[in-house]
Amino acid sequence: MSEAKLGVAFFTLLRRDLMLAYRHRAQMMNPLLFFVIVVSLFPLGLDPEPELLHTIAPGVIWVAALLAAMLSLDTMFRSDFEDGSLEQLLLTPHPLPLLVLAKILAHWLVSGLPLLLLAPLLGMLLNLGSEGLFPLLATLLLGTPILSLIGSIGVALTVGLRGGGVLLSLLILPLFIPVLIFAAAAVGNAEAGIDITGQLAFLGSLLAAAFALAPLATAAALRISLN
Amino acid sequence: MNEEARIEAVGLAMSRNDRYIFTDLNFFLEAGQILQVEGHNGSGKTTMLRILCGLTLPTDGEIRWCGENIRKNLAEFHAQLAYVGHAPGIKDDLTPLENLELARNMDRARPGVSGEEVLERLQLPAFCDDVPCRNLSAGQRRRVALGRLLMLDAQLWVLDEPFTALDPSGRRLVEELLSEHAKAGGMAVMTTHHAVNLDGCPVERLQLGT
Repeated sequence: MSEAKLGVAFFTLLRRDLMLAYRHRAQMMNPLLFFVIVVSLFPLGLDPEPELLHTIAPGVIWVAALLAAMLSLDTMFRSDFEDGSLEQLLLTPHPLPLLVLAKILAHWLVSGLPLLLLAPLLGMLLNLGSEGLFPLLATLLLGTPILSLIGSIGVALTVGLRGGGVLLSLLILPLFIPVLIFAAAAVGNAEAGIDITGQLAFLGSLLAAAFALAPLATAAALRISLN
Repeated sequence: MNEEARIEAVGLAMSRNDRYIFTDLNFFLEAGQILQVEGHNGSGKTTMLRILCGLTLPTDGEIRWCGENIRKNLAEFHAQLAYVGHAPGIKDDLTPLENLELARNMDRARPGVSGEEVLERLQLPAFCDDVPCRNLSAGQRRRVALGRLLMLDAQLWVLDEPFTALDPSGRRLVEELLSEHAKAGGMAVMTTHHAVNLDGCPVERLQLGT
């Protein structure tokens, strides 16, 4: 008798989600485009003075990244819920939190990682100095997975609701605030020559906590949504 | 297949909107048996099947697999289960073959069965091989969804209206699959309003909402 293999299931699901994202490239580009547009509009709306842009750069880039992540979250479980794939996921013999983790990882690879790649360019646009660039990337590297992990809980809770979009923002935006505060402050401090190990350590611990707990919470929320 | 296998519903009750759709429902099914659930629209057939799979929690009562409440070991129970519900559970952006491979890799695969063989068995036209499922007709998509039954090594099939959207040859195919499954010692629970003819395999009936 054959056995179901968890590793195979994990990578199959990851590969499936990446493949589906690739077949919907245009849709996946939307949050990225939004990210670029929001950031590039600031110099036009404000006084394009290098000093001013330099000051607001960390905050603007992080707020835009956070909103772009919010935009992309809704798609995480939506289509699986509608076509019944989510039911099938619940009916496999594998632990649901690990399958959920595969989906979160796919979401981050598609929507979080590209933000990281675009950020240096946008940092330059806002006159972010070279001493701020590395901290910006470090905070994005630690912070965007937190957005995907915590966001998945909210999406799982609202996936069965009609018009759950507003509720989703209300649910998870407050949880994103600490990430925003510490990440933007870290970049600002680095620019001013202040040590940022504290902030990075805090973001790292948030990531570790979210990594350990969010898949469990998301799996439980999915079971409730499908009940 | 496990010849001792037995699924049992004990005192099931389910309420929706403060109203009981069924109460004190008891039945059991042993290896080689097929159960057809009947009842008018809204009598709780789909809900009952979802409870049977462990997707929905009943208001009262429990489902037992081989004498043990399924909630105690859902993973082991799910390894024995293949479910085809109202929603097909296939991805519209993937081809039929990709969907079948997906189903196999996510669950306990039937040994020695390839996706191509299953596609052939499902009698999908050859051009369907590299077309995404969204371009197929409803009946063809239903066939792909039913392909999961052939890809998985599951003893218990739970089918919600498996004949929907199928043409006569498709219905015949499902009947063949069901009787083969029963003869091999499998069991199946399904809802349908059609009279099913399973080549001599007896079909138990359960009436809901009387």
